[in-house]
Amino acid sequence: MSVIAEMLSYPFLVRAFAGGIMISLCAALLGVTLVLRRYSMIGDGLSHVSFGALSVAVAAGWAPLPVSIPVVILAAFLLLRITENGRMKSDAAIAMISASALAVGIVVTSLTTGMTTDVSSYMFGSILAMSRSDVYLAVVLSAAVLGLFVVCYHRIFAVTFDESFSKAAGINVSFYNVVTAVLTAVTIVLGMRMMGAMLISSLVIFPALTSMRVFKSFRGVVLSSGILAVVCFCVGMTASYVFSTPAGASVVLVDLGAFLLFGLAGAVMRRRIRWQPPGAGGKRTAAGPRGGAGRGNRQKITAGQAARQKDAVERRGTEAGAAAGPRGTAGRREN
Amino acid sequence: MNTLITCRHVDFGYENHDAVIDLTMEVNEGDYLCVVGANGSGKSTLVKGLLGLIKPMGGELTVAEELRRTGIGYLPQQTAAQRDFPATVREVVISGTLNRRGNRPFYSAAEKRLADSAMEKLGITGIRNHCYRELSGGQQQRVLIARALCATSRMLILDEPVTGLDPSAIQDFYRLIRRLNREEGVTILMVSHDVAGVIGQANRILHLQQRALFFGTPDEYRRTEAGRRYLGGEDGCP
Repeated sequence: MSVIAEMLSYPFLVRAFAGGIMISLCAALLGVTLVLRRYSMIGDGLSHVSFGALSVAVAAGWAPLPVSIPVVILAAFLLLRITENGRMKSDAAIAMISASALAVGIVVTSLTTGMTTDVSSYMFGSILAMSRSDVYLAVVLSAAVLGLFVVCYHRIFAVTFDESFSKAAGINVSFYNVVTAVLTAVTIVLGMRMMGAMLISSLVIFPALTSMRVFKSFRGVVLSSGILAVVCFCVGMTASYVFSTPAGASVVLVDLGAFLLFGLAGAVMRRRIRWQPPGAGGKRTAAGPRGGAGRGNRQKITAGQAARQKDAVERRGTEAGAAAGPRGTAGRREN
Repeated sequence: MNTLITCRHVDFGYENHDAVIDLTMEVNEGDYLCVVGANGSGKSTLVKGLLGLIKPMGGELTVAEELRRTGIGYLPQQTAAQRDFPATVREVVISGTLNRRGNRPFYSAAEKRLADSAMEKLGITGIRNHCYRELSGGQQQRVLIARALCATSRMLILDEPVTGLDPSAIQDFYRLIRRLNREEGVTILMVSHDVAGVIGQANRILHLQQRALFFGTPDEYRRTEAGRRYLGGEDGCP
């Protein structure tokens, strides 16, 4: 407790906490849709582009944010467009763009100012980076992201789960893609100077991946990602203060710890369900095949068995039917 | 018998490349139409055209008023990302009602009832709270059909639905589609590579190779050159 009180007596740490919590929250929520749509690398690509833009801005003596935000938004559009057209494999395109942007940043820096502390803190993050105006921008950003997720939650789900179906149902999919890209770009630029260009993408990827170990519903994953991101950020920052470790790296390590913990919990939960004795009754066991084991059994059903089961299923009525099939076979095989 | 969709000399394509050329066909209420053809023969483009995702480049495409109002239920090809998606069956099914909903942010009681009845029809009520990624391939297809039925119960378009299913799941799936077609009166348009499997189910076959090589009943199709080649042998179908 006293550590926290001590930390909060420094204004720059209060700013870092306030800004960091909001940015982690945004990154985590946007991260759920990005990770599920296989766009995880976009966060990484954008952070490198942002590094390039910031180095150029520092070298030219311009204000960093007004330069880098438009550049990164542009890059986000470009990356999405490449992915949608499918002319180049998107992971290759992202790798290429991010390396090029990093190279531009490094060359410009070495030709002008040299590796100053400013530029090196863009690489690995600095706890001092969060200015008052950054915090204001983070407030606006998180209001936008939370608003989007509250008002358009079901549409976001539909677009994330199945773009083709959503298009056919008349949802403006490209609008959601553009909004996601812009918000991600702003989140990355804001968070990058604190977390570091090399580490910021973890804020996008970790919470979603971690939550997916345990939670089975989209709602669960979204809520858990948001909460997890904020908790991990706070724990990481406190650890960074107590052990004098770099802020960004500490947060990432806490994220990794949470991931391993959730992975373990998920494995234990799956095992418990799988080992439930057959015929224990109740809705849960009747509900049938889980994961790999269920599927394996199913593949061994012969066509004749399947047909007989199907008849039985149709006679018994719909509900238990779809689920009961493979289990029945499993039992028969064991006998 | 109402005609739901009529194509007269329709071309579908992108920019300067036509994928479907001079197609004339119609889909009537209660039909079970199967579209077959090699890869790249324009099947998926035709589906996009019928769904209104791309505009015809030429010819005349008429969609019945009732279909335009309720929309068409669509079962896209599954993507790799979907196979391990963390969502409950119910979340997926109810997302099918989105097109009915204008700009309201939450689902109404009517939409929830619709999702419930769709799950009931497909026999997946018992697994409504299960995770989509933990279901077998056949169960996943049932969930996606329930979702499509939430959009409309008039007509379903299925794009290669049996890809990746094991043989018994495929038979289950055909039985299910036939039941929807005969008992619930759902018009079916299915794109498939499994010609031998569907020829006994469908009442219309469209063989596409940019142009329509054949459009008619399965019996006629068995007698054509293209049909014999696809079915492999004189009588082909088991």
